[in-house]
Amino acid sequence: MKFTKTLLATTALTMAAGVAGAQDMPNEMTIVSWGGAYSKSQLLAYHEPYSEKTGVTILNDESSNEAVAKLRAMNEADNITWDVVDVVAADAIRLCDEGLAMEIDPDTMLAPADDGTPASEDFGDLLVSDCFIPQIVYSTTFGYRTDLVGDTPPTDVCDVFDLEAYPGKRSLEKRPINNMEWALLCDGVAKDDVYDVLATDEGQNQALAKLDTIKDSVVWWSAGADTPQLLADGEVVMGSTYNGRLFSVIEEQKQPVAMLWDAQVFDLDGWIIPAGLSPERQARALDYIMFATDTQRLADQAKYIAYGPARKSSAPLVDKHAELGIDMAPHMPTDPENAKNTFLYNYGFWADYRDDIDAKFQAWLAK
Amino acid sequence: MSDVTQDGPVLAADGTPLKKSLARALRVEKLRALALIAPLLIFVLVSFIIPIGSMLFRSVENQIVGNTLPNTVARLNAWEADDDALPPEPVFEAMYYDMFNAAEAKRHTRLGSRLNYEASGMSSLFRQSGRKLDDLGKDYLKDMRAINAGWGQAGPWYELMSGGEGAEADRDFSKLAVGRISRLEETVLKPAEAFAPSVEIVALLPKTAEAYTSFAVYEGLVEGRDVATRKPWETVYPALVQDLKAADVSGFTGAGADMLKELAGNIGQFEAPNFTQVMAEVDDDWSNPETWSLIKAHSGKYTNGYFLNAIDMQRTPDGAEMQPENKRVLLTLFKRTLYMSLAITGMCVLLAYPVAWILANLPARSANMLMILVLLPFWTSLLVRTSAWKVMLQQQGVINDVLVWLGFLADDDRLIIINNATGTIIAMTHILLPFMILPMYSVMQTIQPTYLRAAKSLGATNWTAFWRVYFPQSVPGIGAGSILVFILAIGYYITPEIVGGTKGVFISNRIAYHISSSLNWGLAAALGTILLAVVLVLYWAYDKIVGIDNVKLG
Repeated sequence: MKFTKTLLATTALTMAAGVAGAQDMPNEMTIVSWGGAYSKSQLLAYHEPYSEKTGVTILNDESSNEAVAKLRAMNEADNITWDVVDVVAADAIRLCDEGLAMEIDPDTMLAPADDGTPASEDFGDLLVSDCFIPQIVYSTTFGYRTDLVGDTPPTDVCDVFDLEAYPGKRSLEKRPINNMEWALLCDGVAKDDVYDVLATDEGQNQALAKLDTIKDSVVWWSAGADTPQLLADGEVVMGSTYNGRLFSVIEEQKQPVAMLWDAQVFDLDGWIIPAGLSPERQARALDYIMFATDTQRLADQAKYIAYGPARKSSAPLVDKHAELGIDMAPHMPTDPENAKNTFLYNYGFWADYRDDIDAKFQAWLAK
Repeated sequence: MSDVTQDGPVLAADGTPLKKSLARALRVEKLRALALIAPLLIFVLVSFIIPIGSMLFRSVENQIVGNTLPNTVARLNAWEADDDALPPEPVFEAMYYDMFNAAEAKRHTRLGSRLNYEASGMSSLFRQSGRKLDDLGKDYLKDMRAINAGWGQAGPWYELMSGGEGAEADRDFSKLAVGRISRLEETVLKPAEAFAPSVEIVALLPKTAEAYTSFAVYEGLVEGRDVATRKPWETVYPALVQDLKAADVSGFTGAGADMLKELAGNIGQFEAPNFTQVMAEVDDDWSNPETWSLIKAHSGKYTNGYFLNAIDMQRTPDGAEMQPENKRVLLTLFKRTLYMSLAITGMCVLLAYPVAWILANLPARSANMLMILVLLPFWTSLLVRTSAWKVMLQQQGVINDVLVWLGFLADDDRLIIINNATGTIIAMTHILLPFMILPMYSVMQTIQPTYLRAAKSLGATNWTAFWRVYFPQSVPGIGAGSILVFILAIGYYITPEIVGGTKGVFISNRIAYHISSSLNWGLAAALGTILLAVVLVLYWAYDKIVGIDNVKLG
């Protein structure tokens, strides 16, 4: 363990000096991601071009769901079998806090933009943790059944709380994050005050009281695929989920569903490299990251899935969908038309309050 | 008979006493039997008992606080927790040095996550404090550099601290630092290879020696670097100011004496660090007594805090207390897990009994056909079966559609039979049914049909014959099936998660959450231990009431 740490430090130095030779790196690596359409988009945009360029065999593992727990277990067993892991930003922060992910220096380890802008500037504020390499911006937002909402489709997130105008079930995620913010917003709290209010006991009760008004009409989901299924089956009239899932329901499966972009919550997904890899494997992981997060590659991914690239320089390169041939830009959560009213997931707040508010939320659910 | 004396022991053919010879033979037998089961025993021990034991141990283990903040915890022990008064300055001083070392080793954020389970805000308090601690040392360094540039360099510091060529090294002092860093890093470092300050310096500048040795041990043993070429951590500067304010260095003649005396001569221009103020500037929360009571309450090596949390209580400086009303959920879930598992077991008994009876009484060929029907779902993926129930039970699902089509239900009044307790009971009864049918079937197969005929020919009605003759003989099968189903049900996770909604989830769903999302493994372990204890108690009660000999799997 100590020995590897020493080696790690030395490698980091050599890496920075740009001396690491490609011949030392292993020809096989394990990349962990979420599976489904998302993994497929990464396969087409990153893995295949990288394999072609370097001859490396990439093994896919679909364990991102439990990446944090598994990485901790691997670290305790001192046997890390993953090389690069796709996680949401909140998990990356947790992994960094626990010392399970390696710290990244964006300017030496990530490619600059095509015009030479250093990576730290190109990613900007999205570098929310020292260990996190952002990949996409996605959002959690609402979709609704166009045939079940009457003549006036919902345009405001507060329509979710309006049982009179939009009777029927709605699906919400079975966790406090996002739901509490929407509840407060629709209970008259100004957007800028939401987290200050939510930090207090009264504010938490206020949010739960607002959610209480629709509790009997809510189906709670825990997997991203639930809301699309519930919408397609007509089980719910509206529901929250990730925008890419809704895109596939609307454009690929042609279901009578439309997007409600109001008060969508931006979140980030990206890569981390586990701490404690051997220097050779770490060099390989960094080489992959350097390739897979450059401007063109991030823009390429948007051809296959409706998530926005995390680099500013990638946005103008976003193209048409590879199979459907439709323009992808208007389907990006970051498109100005869609992003009129947005939240950015408040990582600092939820890192502090998640345990506490989750306990209250679960107690409220069980009541 | 000639070799048997009247009062002596019975002898075997080779002349040894028969008892001894027999014991030897038995011992060999026993050893052979032990050798035969040894692979299994070792396998079970290594792959089952040790991992589970170590997992359960986490429910009481709490060394992270003492390992990360060793001096702070020691000094907090002497402080009487108080909601209105801050701990004394020495506690803040220890916290500054401990936290700085922890931040260098990147362990402070782990402690922050640990304490955040107890109070919101600790996570960012530790993360941000770790980043801001450098400032104090940097300010001192700036002024010291103005006096002598050597204070900002690696070489002079190393000379001064090690005492130069031939100085007597204080190995014991070094060993203490190695112990602290080892515990911080949760590893074993070798004290023999560590840097040791000179005895003279330790006596003259104790705080500086401690700060420098912590740095030197970490750089040398953990990072594997040459200490003599590394600039010390910023902690040495406030420590040096503290020491020089208290010490008289005029008699010091060791390496670096001139530099030190020069600084001592100017020490009047430095203000001694006020750590209470330093920490308050780092973050307001350090001047909140509650932060300190919290750390004190959770500073023990072992804690009952996780177990208290697991039963909706919490550990406070004043002892155990109930959680606030709006956070109590785990006891409810324990109770729900128990009574729903009982309900599922009951449903399984009711449904499985007739099926097992038919299977046991049909001719072999048709029985085998039916048996395949019982086993077929058993061989289908659990997720597939659970998801299939979703399609069946949801409001726009098959069952509701049929009922509406038949006119039993109005279209706007569909049954809610999923995403609640009903959904969980239906789906889990279906999934666990084979575990009930199989033991019942194998027990019923052994019941002689002649007994029933005999009872009837003696004048019993069908019911009496069944109830007085057949049923008692089938009880061992019910017992075995019930234990299997109940124990499986109590730990079920995926089915309640998918079809349970909010009213049909079990305690295992919370365990899964704490294992994989919140990373509160201590609480998860405590919940798991309680669940295990409940099962063992129920098993014991079953043994007392029904008798475990009365359970047959075939």
